[in-house]
Amino acid sequence: MAGKVFIALQNNADAQPLINAILADNPAALLSESPGMVKIDCPTRLVVRRASVEAQLGRDFDLQEIHINLISLGGNIDEDDDEFVLSWQS
Amino acid sequence: MSIEIKTTSIEPLRRTFDHIAEKLGGDKPASRYQEAVWGLQPALNFHYRPTWDQRYALYDPGRTAIVMNDFDDLIDPRQYYYGSWTLQRGRQQDSQEKNFEFVEKRNLLATLDDIWRDKITRFVLPMRHVAWAANTNNSYICAYGYGAPVTSAAAMHMMDELGVAQYLSRIGLLLGDNDTAPLDAAKAAWMQAAMWQPLRALVETSMVTHDWFELFVLQNLLIDGMVQPLVFARFDARIVAAGGAVFAMLSEFMVDWYAESSRWVDAVVKIAAAQSHTNCAQLEGWITHWLPQVSAALTPLADFALDGEGEAIVAELAAELRARLARLAVQV
Repeated sequence: MAGKVFIALQNNADAQPLINAILADNPAALLSESPGMVKIDCPTRLVVRRASVEAQLGRDFDLQEIHINLISLGGNIDEDDDEFVLSWQS
Repeated sequence: MSIEIKTTSIEPLRRTFDHIAEKLGGDKPASRYQEAVWGLQPALNFHYRPTWDQRYALYDPGRTAIVMNDFDDLIDPRQYYYGSWTLQRGRQQDSQEKNFEFVEKRNLLATLDDIWRDKITRFVLPMRHVAWAANTNNSYICAYGYGAPVTSAAAMHMMDELGVAQYLSRIGLLLGDNDTAPLDAAKAAWMQAAMWQPLRALVETSMVTHDWFELFVLQNLLIDGMVQPLVFARFDARIVAAGGAVFAMLSEFMVDWYAESSRWVDAVVKIAAAQSHTNCAQLEGWITHWLPQVSAALTPLADFALDGEGEAIVAELAAELRARLARLAVQV
């Protein structure tokens, strides 16, 4: 359990490109679906890349837009304009 | 008494429509765009050929020399369907309206020198006739094209071009203080001025080009790919440097729209070229045929707009277009 990070998003059409981009960028990620929600677990580190989301979405994307569909997350956040990274920093 | 609250998880029986799942290669969640365009093209049960052209079925993939395994592959990277497209254009319309209001309220066009007012009248305003032809041509692509991804995007592109024509007309009305004199002068230039006749002839030829994909290449890739940067980048830079930033405000939509719609045009050409060598050779053939004609038609106009540097500027634009095509794996 130690070091495991997660992100939980609403399971709707708007979040779908985001979910696809996260799964493509994090091969170790594990997707579990609940009613109305998806939770993505990942050992040690999970990254959301702006470029990947834009490719899925077909338009410019501001990483802050993930908050619209974000339910919860676990991990320390390290973010800049291009990447949103979750990990536990000791 | 204790109440136990349980959640029941219901697995959806299917995540998307069968025909979308078939295209996606499995029952995965599909985007609204995919559900909006794939499988929409009517294909079956047309027993009779149209009386007005018996060579083809009513919806016939054979109306172009481009052959695709599946015309549904020609998807739009912007993922526009009616809803997302109208939302985006609505936002752009709001901000463009504000720009027009700003310019009108402060009468900013009055600060322009006569020489620039004259150039806008004789060089920029007649472009509304070019934009109207682009509207008609995209309407043709929509009507005779095959596969909803490309025909629906062409329908939206058709309305976008009409929007460009309307914004140009409004610049003309602003210039004439709501009098149509500048627009009449622009129409006269379009019909009679010697420098406009090569482009007018080319545009009229495009309107009788029968292969819809060839027309797509000629209109959306070549004509727009040269005209838009000439007017809204090269000429724009000159007029802004001479204190005409007001022109940039009035043409902001065209700049954003051209950058955005180029992504669609590039994607369609790239996917068609990647399908087969025959397609790629066909595209290269069309481009080698039309590009010199577009360049030649634009040279006298660029000469007028950019003080005799037309030839050099048009050659630069053509080189930029060739570089853009090279990125799509089309060599010309």
